[in-house]
Amino acid sequence: MIEVKHLTKIYKTPSQEILALDDVSLQVEDGEIFGIIGLSGAGKSTLIRCINMLEKPTSGTVTINGVEITALEPHELRTARQKIGMIFQHFNLLSSRNVFDNVLFPLEIAGVPKKDAAKRVMELLELVGLADKANAYPAQLSGGQKQRVGIARALANSPELLLSDEATSALDPQTTRSILGLLKDINKRFNLTILLITHDMNVIKETCDRVAVIAESRIVEVGRVIDIFSNPQTSTSRSFINTVVKRDIPKELLEQSDSHAAPSERILVSISFIGKSAGQPLISSMIKKYEVDANILYGNIDRIKDTPFGYLTLELTGPPDQIDEGLAYLKSHGLEVEVINHV
Amino acid sequence: MFDAWMVDKVLLATWETVYMVAISTFLSYVFGLPLGVILVVSSDGHILENKGVNQVLGSIVNVMRSIPFIIFLILIIPLTRLIVGTYIGTVASIVPLTLAAIPFVARLVETSLKEIEWGLIEAALSMGANSWQIISKVLLPEALPSLTLGVAITTINLVGYSAMAGIVGGGGLGTLAYYYGYQRYEHGIMWVTVIILIILVQLVQMLGDSLAAKISNRRR
Repeated sequence: MIEVKHLTKIYKTPSQEILALDDVSLQVEDGEIFGIIGLSGAGKSTLIRCINMLEKPTSGTVTINGVEITALEPHELRTARQKIGMIFQHFNLLSSRNVFDNVLFPLEIAGVPKKDAAKRVMELLELVGLADKANAYPAQLSGGQKQRVGIARALANSPELLLSDEATSALDPQTTRSILGLLKDINKRFNLTILLITHDMNVIKETCDRVAVIAESRIVEVGRVIDIFSNPQTSTSRSFINTVVKRDIPKELLEQSDSHAAPSERILVSISFIGKSAGQPLISSMIKKYEVDANILYGNIDRIKDTPFGYLTLELTGPPDQIDEGLAYLKSHGLEVEVINHV
Repeated sequence: MFDAWMVDKVLLATWETVYMVAISTFLSYVFGLPLGVILVVSSDGHILENKGVNQVLGSIVNVMRSIPFIIFLILIIPLTRLIVGTYIGTVASIVPLTLAAIPFVARLVETSLKEIEWGLIEAALSMGANSWQIISKVLLPEALPSLTLGVAITTINLVGYSAMAGIVGGGGLGTLAYYYGYQRYEHGIMWVTVIILIILVQLVQMLGDSLAAKISNRRR
């Protein structure tokens, strides 16, 4: 669907050059929701703007459905953009137009005949649940409603790709969830590929199939969201995950441990389990099978998009060889096991 | 002092002022509006960025705006003669009034359009809008309340300018005040013209304010 190759963007000011994107390459598959997460200033905003050429990359290419966007003439680019919807953090609706006319706007630009366009607008307003607000002006809408109008507008010309630029960052958590739900629904219903950028790991967790972590203008990690959550490879990913799933055990909890076992017979492990294995009583099987006791210090079961994802911090006590075998048993059943430290 | 003949004179002069101001306001927008739009869209980072065009037009506007109107009026007499055939009278006054207002209008339009958030332009670009569509469907409609206030400001300015033009034979209330009030010491006439000018300015401002408010309220 999207192929980004060696994308570099340098902003030149009279006094200095700022490297916003440094040799970024990535691939987005047809029909997936792909997230790019990074802190502000990491380059994610520049990256998404290079996809539809709102920003012109310094070097590198962007190819969408086999068309090299970065090589198009201005008029070809305008036609190509009609098939790439975009939604924004601050909605960017025209205050001079009511809801109906805002959604009509991209159809006017594309030169769709008035009658067809009006019908399409009403369809879209039904889809986003705002058919009754057709005559309202943006100033009369809540943030969530404005973003729904933004989504309807972005879908007007039946795009192949939807770009989402921090679309939920200005919304409260509840509204965020409903907007993300709408995006997931659209993705499923129309098999529409969505590329979104965010600084909120919750957004990634709830909606995305795959994620790229961007830091200091480079992509530092790419993969399935589940893999990144269960086995992050970089400190940036880890700190993003920590904002959603607590992986650091409070010091107080560690000190509280009143086990009398010898230090060599105590170990602290973190275990994450995904999907099916989340439903199996593997910990209790391990306790029965081996001479190991488990003390749960922290636990959490969550959902990554549609997959259950659990996380446990355990203090295991027992003979070292039994502990090792117990851990091997858990690993053999597909759990991610990480030894945090010997207490 | 206020016989029927004088009343006629005052009414005619008022009409001449309204006529001069209305036509020169209109004409100054015919030229000033596009000029203001070009100043905005050719500026750094905008949709039709063009440093050369922007700097040349910006300089011309600045030069024209720095000449005091009363001097400008005399300076362009040859041009006025060329266009109208004479430099005296109401119709002839329209030339300097319009020319002086064009750069003023351009700057007002520029200020109004620059207030529009870049995000709106970006959104239109992302939909594949061309420059003309962005100007006609985003920039001008979004700035309409502010542009309306600009028209009121321009009109009021031209009321003042038209009085100056009156002193060099431009007709209207300015001429009346000058001939009767200044040269014949008929201070009554002077005061009458002042009061009429005040009323005109008030009317224009009120009309502008209420129109702008009406447009904004509809969008609220």
